[in-house]
Amino acid sequence: MYKLSGVTKNYQKGRGTIAALRGVDLVVEDGEWLSIQGPTGHGKSTLLQILGGLDRPSAGVVDFDGRDLAQLREAEVTRVRAESIGFVFQTFNLIPTLSAQENVEAALVPLHVSASARRQRAAVALEAVSLGDRLRHLPGELSGGQQQRVAIARALVKEPKVLLADEPTGNLDEETRDEIISLLETMWRERGLTMVFVTHDSTVARRAQRIGVMKNGRLTIKKTASSRAARPQAARTASAAQVTAPQSADLDPSDPSPVGFDADADSAIAAE
Amino acid sequence: MFFTYLRRELRRRMRQAVFIALGLALGIGLVITVTAAASGVKNAQGTVLHALYGVGTDVTVTKTPTAGSGTPSSFGFGFRTGTTKRPAAGTKINTSTLAAGGTLASISSSSVTTVADLHEVSAAAGGLTLNDRTLSGTIPAINTSGGSGSSGFGGGGGGSGGGGSFRADFTTNTFGVDGVDIGSGELGPLSSGTISSGRTFTTADASSDVALVDSSYATQSKLIVGSTIAIGNSKGTTTNFKVVGIVSEPAGDNPSDVYIPIGVAQSLANMKNDVNTVYVAASSSSAITTVTSEIKQALPSDTVTNSSDLASEVTGSLSSASSLANNLGKWLAIAVLIAAFGLAILLTMAAVSRRVREFGTLKALGWKSRRIIGQVMGEAVAMGIIGGVIGIGLGFAGAELVSKLSHKLTAVVGQTTGTATPGGARQFGAGGTGTGGFGGAGGTGGTGGTGGTGGGGGFGGFRNATPASHTVAVHLSAAVSGNIILLAVVLAIAGGLIAGIFGGWRAARLRPAAALSKVA
Repeated sequence: MYKLSGVTKNYQKGRGTIAALRGVDLVVEDGEWLSIQGPTGHGKSTLLQILGGLDRPSAGVVDFDGRDLAQLREAEVTRVRAESIGFVFQTFNLIPTLSAQENVEAALVPLHVSASARRQRAAVALEAVSLGDRLRHLPGELSGGQQQRVAIARALVKEPKVLLADEPTGNLDEETRDEIISLLETMWRERGLTMVFVTHDSTVARRAQRIGVMKNGRLTIKKTASSRAARPQAARTASAAQVTAPQSADLDPSDPSPVGFDADADSAIAAE
Repeated sequence: MFFTYLRRELRRRMRQAVFIALGLALGIGLVITVTAAASGVKNAQGTVLHALYGVGTDVTVTKTPTAGSGTPSSFGFGFRTGTTKRPAAGTKINTSTLAAGGTLASISSSSVTTVADLHEVSAAAGGLTLNDRTLSGTIPAINTSGGSGSSGFGGGGGGSGGGGSFRADFTTNTFGVDGVDIGSGELGPLSSGTISSGRTFTTADASSDVALVDSSYATQSKLIVGSTIAIGNSKGTTTNFKVVGIVSEPAGDNPSDVYIPIGVAQSLANMKNDVNTVYVAASSSSAITTVTSEIKQALPSDTVTNSSDLASEVTGSLSSASSLANNLGKWLAIAVLIAAFGLAILLTMAAVSRRVREFGTLKALGWKSRRIIGQVMGEAVAMGIIGGVIGIGLGFAGAELVSKLSHKLTAVVGQTTGTATPGGARQFGAGGTGTGGFGGAGGTGGTGGTGGTGGGGGFGGFRNATPASHTVAVHLSAAVSGNIILLAVVLAIAGGLIAGIFGGWRAARLRPAAALSKVA
């Protein structure tokens, strides 16, 4: 899915330059679930934004399905975002004036889906996150957990290849957090999604297949200690439109790196 | 989605939207009111000017008499007592003279051709403004007894001479006669009038003794189509003209009393090859200035007047209203409009700033910048249109208020140089008929029975005798025209678009990463 090599990102601040990413190399395979942890201000969100085509690296290659996002024109990157990448944010980022259904529909607008098809697909997506009875509710009329469910439905309604989540449970209480993570895990299992999470929360991070740690702009990948994140190979190719019951995991859960990544727990893959 | 999003957003920002819309409405309403008032004033001015000038006439050429030249507006007949025989008492006098007034000098007919041949002149016609003056009465008996040598006619009220005196009862009658160039019916003094009965001139009338009579004069003199009117000539005798039509001039006009073919008028007044006004139509309204200067070059000794010159002579409350609408009103409207546009721009940009995260999210969802700009502009234009609709309502109310509250305006024309204009020439003076008297310039000196030399008397009170201002009352009607509505719609959309462009520009400059970093 992703092949990053030598990705750096520098920001100008006054007369100085801040290096947010310092030569990050990373491979994310199709259907993989990667969590990135690290202290605030060490480049986690920057990396996520570069993965999502929301920002461009100062140097390096961001290969997404064979296309370098760093070199594509803005319109092409926008198209990649519209078609293939779903985002979930910490603060949900729902449009406050639009209903739950309309918020989900907003993700289909750039894909030129007809209005009636948009409405129908949005309703199905909200059903899938158990909000079928909240279609016409405005975000302000929903709880935090429900709003994040709407955001997940919005991210997934276009059947993206990858779901990028920036602190998806950061604004939720523990119970709701578990509920949302379980939902995402279910979606991941069912739809063959590739997921990259940025999170402070170790409980959430440990649910992923691999954990990356960002520190001073460098990424170190570790195996998850107790990964429950293995899922059947079949599910990775399952149609995202098929919202069905979770399939049983038949991969060896002890294998934390089913995508063939050299996951030496302590080896920093980020170049200096 | 576009309209749903737009509607919801406007509803969410209701207070701000109302504020922007009302600001634009106020500006647009003011523009409509001022434009309608200015257009009303312009129409009123047009009414006055057209009445004076004639529809279709852009420029007139006249000539001001030089000092000491021409004949003053008086005439008389002098006689002397003693050596010269005077008319015997009881002699009836009835003399009718057709001559040019003292305010316009003659211009050669060839000037009409000269002007017509100029570049940018579409037509030129000559006009001859004349006065018919009739004096009728009986020579009274004069008492010359008492040894004083002179005598003279006393004025109407009883002038006094040196020794003799008498009372006379002479009747004077004066009316205006315009010689009309029949070949150029669209141009000249008849152009602003309409035929209320009978017919207008035809080319066959060019040398006929036929006349058109102004409706007011016709009523006053009990003339109808088919009547006969006597018009004098330079020798004091009269010719009968058949009235073929009655012409009504628009309100505010100062028509001549009788119109006859110019060739006939020239013959009667012994002014062959003379005119005293040249009416000129320019090929386009933009060419009037050029035509004016061309004529000034071609005819340097003549007075060339165009409508703007004439407008500048209009004073009175109409003029005040005009300058109020054109100066204070226009600038006030522009200032309010700029303020409203500025307010709309600032509030729209502020709203965009508050929605950074929202737009960042939409960009993350794959919305193109163009679509986001379109959304911002759509909202701004919608507010502009709402403002425009309210503004049109306010404008109608304002224009109605101006029409209702404005008093009748008066236009004072020709206070200064009106005598140079044909309208002025026809207008000024007391006019009308009346009983004149010989001026009491009775002779002095002389001794014994022979008496001295009596001076000629002079009539006073003729038309054109005294240049004076002319006041026309017009009602100001501030009508909102389709063009003004169109202007309002354009302004409303422009206001929204300008605000939207600024807001959209700000939204487009947002990098999604920067927008989202605020929440990461």
